[in-house]
Amino acid sequence: MELRAIHERCSGCRACELACALANFREMNPAKSALGIEGRFPAPGDYRIHLCDQCGACAEACPEDAITLEDDAYLIDPELCTGCLTCVDVCPHGVMYVHAGTETPIKCTLCGACAEICPREAIALEGGA
Amino acid sequence: MLYGYAGTILDVDLTSGQVAKTPLPENLARDYIGGRGFVARLLWERVSPGTAPFDPENLLIIASGPLSGHLVPASGKTHFGTKSPATGGYADSNMGGHFGPALKYAGYDVLLLTGRAPEPSYLFIEDDTVELRSTEGYWGRGALTVEEKLKKELGDEFKTITIGPAGENLVRFACISHDFGRQAGRTGVGAVMGSKNLKAIAVKGTGGLPVFDVDGLYEKGREAYEKVKAKPGFAGWTPEGTAGITDWVNEVGAFPTRNFQTSFFPAYKNINGRAVVEHLKITDKGCFCCPTPCGKYGKTVTNLGSAYVEGPEYESIAILGGDCTLDSVEEVAYANHVCDELGLDTISAGGVSAWAMECFEKGILSEEQVGRKIRFGDLESVVYLLEKMAVREGIGDLLAEGVMRASKELGQGSEDFAIHVKGLEWTGYESRNAPGMMLAYLTADIGAHHNRAWALGHDVAGSAASVHDLISAGGSKGKLAKSRVGGQAKNVIELQHIRPLFDCLGVCRLQYMELGFEVENYEELFFLVTGRKMSWDELLEVSERIWHLTRAFSAREIEEFGRKCDYPPPRFSEEPVPDGPNEGHFLSREELDTLLDEYYAARGWDQTGIPTDETLRRVGLADVADALAPGK
Repeated sequence: MELRAIHERCSGCRACELACALANFREMNPAKSALGIEGRFPAPGDYRIHLCDQCGACAEACPEDAITLEDDAYLIDPELCTGCLTCVDVCPHGVMYVHAGTETPIKCTLCGACAEICPREAIALEGGA
Repeated sequence: MLYGYAGTILDVDLTSGQVAKTPLPENLARDYIGGRGFVARLLWERVSPGTAPFDPENLLIIASGPLSGHLVPASGKTHFGTKSPATGGYADSNMGGHFGPALKYAGYDVLLLTGRAPEPSYLFIEDDTVELRSTEGYWGRGALTVEEKLKKELGDEFKTITIGPAGENLVRFACISHDFGRQAGRTGVGAVMGSKNLKAIAVKGTGGLPVFDVDGLYEKGREAYEKVKAKPGFAGWTPEGTAGITDWVNEVGAFPTRNFQTSFFPAYKNINGRAVVEHLKITDKGCFCCPTPCGKYGKTVTNLGSAYVEGPEYESIAILGGDCTLDSVEEVAYANHVCDELGLDTISAGGVSAWAMECFEKGILSEEQVGRKIRFGDLESVVYLLEKMAVREGIGDLLAEGVMRASKELGQGSEDFAIHVKGLEWTGYESRNAPGMMLAYLTADIGAHHNRAWALGHDVAGSAASVHDLISAGGSKGKLAKSRVGGQAKNVIELQHIRPLFDCLGVCRLQYMELGFEVENYEELFFLVTGRKMSWDELLEVSERIWHLTRAFSAREIEEFGRKCDYPPPRFSEEPVPDGPNEGHFLSREELDTLLDEYYAARGWDQTGIPTDETLRRVGLADVADALAPGK
């Protein structure tokens, strides 16, 4: 399974960010989401959805081997993570987030909450059984 | 614990730079809910009677509601309140976008601004950090330009509000701008911000909101999205947004045209929702958590230049299009952009421009006074007037006062077609043949604004149909009929309680209004967020309390306030509509009195239009009753 962004459908409402934080942290707090919506204004006047595509660059760079592939998602083991933030630096899409209230970086778990809530079908969860 | 709210009022004295954080009082949340309710109560309590709008002591209040920032459809509403430089009375204006939620995530439900910064400044808020910063390089610049600069400087995660030159120059209808095209447009809130030497506010919040039942809300919030998407209007309404109503308003003959001389614009199909989508649109642009984004962001190209612009939405189409008679959507959008950058409310600025063009046409304003020839339908004329008024240069100094004051100064009969109520320019619905809508305009607490009670649907259909249903049924000649004068008060009052309630909750009303998303859904969402069980009817009681309070505020602040402030300009009671679907119609002074008599009686106000002592006490405003008592 993977998440796919259809940028031109996005209207920038950020419901995806809220749903992500609710699904993963049970918190009403978009600063704890593992994806980002960028509004490019005034020009060119559109949105870009920044999603994790589970490329694994974070896992490769992690000095503690704290990030491993489980099913289709790379997940952080909080027991092993030392919070060095190497993964945040190397993430090619800039979608590993740091929040003062979490001990480990925030990373997409491929839960699909963003795709489910999006009223514009701008994020799709594709593949899998 | 106050679930749903951030829990803190942030009080900033701009004169001293002193910042105070106080817990949100539980009784304020209980009795006034949020947003508009907070604004109304805090203005009453904290603005001393007789404070002038541009005095440093006047307050600019920014407030969200309990549902703002939560997973509830369209929970991005932010409310602004002040004592209005346009009307001298109660003022509020709200906008969509993302600012209110960001302020809540930073920890604040309410931002109270008082005083006047010693030098032009902007307010920087990042969670606990609150500081005034220099506006080096920002003062004098456009509202959109400054937003772009601030975001480059601070990062896209900061949400900003800005004012343009109009706010700096105390234009009485200057707006506050946000998110490259959202505005708190009305009542001159931007001018009050300018009077405080405050160019912008940038806020970033990383905190979460306390929720009474977070799992329940996540579940029901998701369901609410599904319900909205399942509404028949979802697919029909979203593509064009508010602009989609342009055809219908023309077909029923309620479209402001040539400074409200008439109510039908023959070229309306050039400037309707379809034209916006086909000629301008790049993307749909939504407010926070909105499943039905009405914002259409695009690019316009005209002889005067090209510009990126959000909109035009319906109101800008009606006033810059019909009322100024610009007959191409590109020109309407360009004028809209000019307003946005200068920080002018498109409705008032367009209305003032139309009034000036009619004055010129009638020889009341000369070429020498204006500085050039101006005429309806000419983009150059409109842009010239907008640019002059924003910096109060030449004729612009008169126009910046708004049509009420400008016509009083100019005289020569120009008051008869100064289209306003209480000093606030009229919005996009000509109502000479729509008694319910007329009554809504006359009694709206901020002046001639439509959003308190959009009763036009009742005038046309005789019932509370959703906008989607109305448009689907189509407009046709003769559907409006003034023979039905009398009996409008009940509907109008009902709407005046329902619609502003959304402004208290901190959510957009359009899901209810346009799509028919049932109000009962909000009872459940309100409970899951706040833990308070309140029926819709109980919530409406709060809305009623606020209605009497805002009336009382204006009665306290405006000399000889009352019935005489509730009439439209003579044009609407003396001049029959000259052509179009409502040709020949007008509402006589006697008919207007019938509407007002019924309304005051139904409201529990005396026949001078002031809430009675008994009414104020009935709705829990004993302190207000005491303050208004004769001899006080």
